[in-house]
Amino acid sequence: MAKINSSFKNMVLSLTLISLGASVALGFVHEFTKEPIELSKQNKKIEAIKKVVPEFTNDPADEMYKLPSEWGDSLEVYPAKRDNELVGYGIKAYSQKGYSGRITLVVGFKPEGTIYNITVLEQKETPGLGTKMVLPEFKDQFNDKNPDSFILKVKKDGGEVDAITAATISSRAFCDAVQNAYSTLKKGDLK
Amino acid sequence: MTQLQNFTKGFIRENPILVLVLGTCPTLATSTSALNGLGMGLATTFVLIGSNVVISLLANLIPDKVRIPAFIVVIASFVTVVDLVMQAYVPSLYETLGIFIPLIVVNCIVLGRAEAFASKNSVFSSLLDGFGMGLGFTMALGILGMFRELVGSGSVFGYKFIKGDGILVFILAPGAFIALGYLIAIINRIRKT
Amino acid sequence: MEYIIIIISALLVNNVVLAQFLGVCPFLGVSNKVDTALGMGGAVTFVIVIATTVTYLIQIYVLNKLGIAFMQTITFILVIAALVQMVEIILKKVSQPLYQALGIFLPLITTNCAVLGVAILVIQKNYNLLQGVVFGAATALGFGLALVIMAGIREQLELADIPNGMKGVPISLVIAGILALAFMGFSGIVR
Repeated sequence: MAKINSSFKNMVLSLTLISLGASVALGFVHEFTKEPIELSKQNKKIEAIKKVVPEFTNDPADEMYKLPSEWGDSLEVYPAKRDNELVGYGIKAYSQKGYSGRITLVVGFKPEGTIYNITVLEQKETPGLGTKMVLPEFKDQFNDKNPDSFILKVKKDGGEVDAITAATISSRAFCDAVQNAYSTLKKGDLK
Repeated sequence: MTQLQNFTKGFIRENPILVLVLGTCPTLATSTSALNGLGMGLATTFVLIGSNVVISLLANLIPDKVRIPAFIVVIASFVTVVDLVMQAYVPSLYETLGIFIPLIVVNCIVLGRAEAFASKNSVFSSLLDGFGMGLGFTMALGILGMFRELVGSGSVFGYKFIKGDGILVFILAPGAFIALGYLIAIINRIRKT
Repeated sequence: MEYIIIIISALLVNNVVLAQFLGVCPFLGVSNKVDTALGMGGAVTFVIVIATTVTYLIQIYVLNKLGIAFMQTITFILVIAALVQMVEIILKKVSQPLYQALGIFLPLITTNCAVLGVAILVIQKNYNLLQGVVFGAATALGFGLALVIMAGIREQLELADIPNGMKGVPISLVIAGILALAFMGFSGIVR
């Protein structure tokens, strides 16, 4: 099979044409997939919020606002309302103190500050140890507790939280994130 | 060789990962469960077929000196297509496979087949080659994934049948290396008989 | 201080080969002699540092500005391919013996998942340019470290009696697994 010879002109021409063809094709695919990608990102957020607050009829993602957190940045607050009455807040909080890095949670609070439910959005903890934070056995202990009276630290540190066996660091990070969510809620201007 | 042999050589005789030992990085990283391994394998197969076909079509129009960059552009394009499509339609698998989807572009299997086969053979042969190699890769990933999931998490395709955890080291890094090492050794033995 | 954390994390805790599975092919291919391992480590470090810088700049000033982030894969890999070409030319002039020793593995740096992987990770982790370069350099050193340790072990292995089926790749993989196990011990260092 004879190939085109490698003259400078041919090299530049063929590379340019191929690159152009590739860019155009990709531009098409990008346009085509833009919407579904946005949609799935939104869905993921709504799914998480649904899990942590009582039933709502509004669109919390639409009414999302930010409140300053303890660490100088801000956390996203998603108000959940049923027929215009506030039923809870979903707060996306995180802690950098996980065993393997950042963990991200969505903590759902009832309007007066009691924790309704928590879901883990992202974590890279050790499988079988820190990853147990996603299991009801660990995270359900926070439900129906008000951080005003329920100290958000592991028992080893003088708090009331039962840490995951052999995963104290991950458990601490989890409490850290929930605490951050709560303080942000308490100090901030809620709408 | 016949087209049938061309198609099936990637299954055992010239299995890209177990025999040619190409594409080790994604194999080790994504074989934590059967589904992850299969997902990765199928994504790679798509890229293999696409790039093999296009490169075979354009083979005569690409001057020899720029063939590697040209192949890379074609392969990278197909990888981007897979990336975007997976992001849009299977977001959870996309997130699990993470960085290894764009890394398909440097999966030695793809560039290897483009260079060794697609640039020198007909479009149909190249299609079968890509498909066969891809399937062989997928099968190996599936087997490794099934094994690691079974022993490491006590589950099969996500259905746990033991309470609690398995031998966790198998879903972690060391287990990946060791499991793959033994799998290759076993295939070596099988091929010798 | 945070730079120390980036360095220790990339070098030991999340070693690019033993924990993140990037760069395994050259790791298996070049690690049978310590001096080739050193040479390869050096070449890869050089490529990664420059590649991280260039790809970072392209991401910020071209891809993000024009909203064509989906072209990341294509542009990054082409930058890397070009850089490796340059390294080849330079090495040929500067050190013929090293050029010969590395052989086919030099152009294969292009397909070293570690190089493209690091470039993408820097963007994903939202590092700034300096952090990105430090991360890249530390990752490359981690690659070199793993390579040299492996080479040291394999040089010793030449004298051992290995079952036929395990010779070559299988035994190297098992050893890599044990090394990975050892490196897991570093996990707790960085919070």
